[in-house]
Amino acid sequence: MTGPLAITITINGEPATRAVEPRLSLADFLRAEGFTGTHVGCEHGVCGACTIRVDGRTARGCLTLAVQCDGLEVETIEGATGNGCVADLQDAFIENNALQCGFCTPGMLLTADELLQENVSPTRTEIREHLSGNYCRCTGYQAIVDAVEQVARQRAERT
Amino acid sequence: MKPTAFEYVRAGSLDEVLTVLEERGDEAKVLAGGQSLIPTMNMRFAAPEVLIDISGVTELRGIEVRDDVLRIGAMCRHVEVLNAPEVAEHAPLIAMAMPNIAHAAIRNRGTFGGSLCHADPAAELPACVLALDARLNIDGKSGPRSISARDFFLGTYMTCLADDEVLISVDVPKVMSENVTFFDEVARRRGDYAMAGLASQATVRSGFITDVRLAFFAVGEVAVRAPHAEQALQGILLQDMDADAICSAIADDISPFDDLTTSGAAKLTMMQVLTRRAVESFAKQGAHA
Ligand SMILES: Cc1cc2nc3c(=O)[nH]c(=O)nc-3n(C[C@H](O)[C@H](O)[C@H](O)COP(=O)(O)OP(=O)(O)OC[C@H]3O[C@@H](n4cnc5c(N)ncnc54)[C@H](O)[C@@H]3O)c2cc1C
Ligand code: FES
Ligand code: FES
Repeated sequence: MTGPLAITITINGEPATRAVEPRLSLADFLRAEGFTGTHVGCEHGVCGACTIRVDGRTARGCLTLAVQCDGLEVETIEGATGNGCVADLQDAFIENNALQCGFCTPGMLLTADELLQENVSPTRTEIREHLSGNYCRCTGYQAIVDAVEQVARQRAERT
Repeated sequence: MKPTAFEYVRAGSLDEVLTVLEERGDEAKVLAGGQSLIPTMNMRFAAPEVLIDISGVTELRGIEVRDDVLRIGAMCRHVEVLNAPEVAEHAPLIAMAMPNIAHAAIRNRGTFGGSLCHADPAAELPACVLALDARLNIDGKSGPRSISARDFFLGTYMTCLADDEVLISVDVPKVMSENVTFFDEVARRRGDYAMAGLASQATVRSGFITDVRLAFFAVGEVAVRAPHAEQALQGILLQDMDADAICSAIADDISPFDDLTTSGAAKLTMMQVLTRRAVESFAKQGAHA
């Protein structure tokens, strides 16, 4: 049967039960639910615009099927904005001009936040390496690295 | 692009995986992390009728320290292998390779077994299991079997797995104190597929180097050992290792062909540079052993 399957995914803390086609990607599923901060660029895993969190870890929304996430917790940029966990990164991105069109930004923020959770004082090289799977066609990356470095310092000072 | 429509089965047990594979044969594909299969389906290079999700099958999970080997379950995600202290301790070559595999978000979902079964010529793990002479444990309709990494890879995206078979786990011989290991690759950016790479291990006893394994990747149809170059190192005193001779032997072993971004000649040079680094590193590690 290629027909719809019933699944329940907790999106930003709210469970949603829906019937979905197996071939529906998690990114398209989330967008249809109104979480359009999950962007879809390349659809084959190279650009990072579709980055979301599945059970607390970043994943490619375009390389994950919605049906694979039955019973799991998904967090989008809307959820991360709502609970304030990336607020300092968002402020630093604005302050440093680390975004222009904003297409890459949700994925950049979630990816940078994951880095800073695992490595409290990354070097610029480590920041670049960790963000290497997220393309930005506007900024040239320098300002993004500046912003992430600044937040790493701020978070270290706070603790 | 979007994939064509397919059926989705979430397998609860290994038996269920094998039953569906037996019934549906080449219409079905196993879905592990999906980090190679889904892009291929999105681009419509593959259009399986059934996907069997193996992520919930407990027989395929976990990392286990056994007497002589480290057993890594096929469904272990790259991030798990990257962070496992058992892997760092007993299979340092694999630990060194892991950070080079794709990007964090892809490592969070992609699996050890999926990478081996996908058999990308530029992937790191096929070269690692070749260099470590690992054994792959397989199960299928005709019963379980175990096969050496040397016999598993047949060519680009081709392995000896039959349509009804699943990779269960990989047995990696534990590293010994007299082993020396080296891993490095040349890539445009961290996380990109390599332009050329080398995974290697050897043994140093009383200053002599033996049991040399040099496994190159991204230079041919599939990861390959370099027998002439290995021979040029075999039985040599550490301080007498002749990097020039070894590097020229490599040209007898492998003639890399051009790919989309890199000429075969450039790849050969990269292989020789990597080999020099390996020889230097062996000398350093051996001096401390
Ligand atoms: C942008 C990008 C960059 C990448 N860069 C790299 C890189 O630098 N190096 C690298 O090595 N990889 C890279 N990868 C690939 C990644 O490592 C994949 O995780 C891996 O190749 C496949 O693992 P998977 O679990 O996702 O397998 P899947 O995509 O689920 O499956 C791949 C294939 O293996 C089969 N399969 C999977 N598991 C089993 C099993 N247990 N038994 C039998 N068959 C099985 C499937 O049927 C399918 O044919 C990259 C991927 C992307 C999208
Ligand atoms: S849309 Fe998912 S990585 Fe580009
Ligand atoms: S701000 Fe436009 S792609 Fe990054």
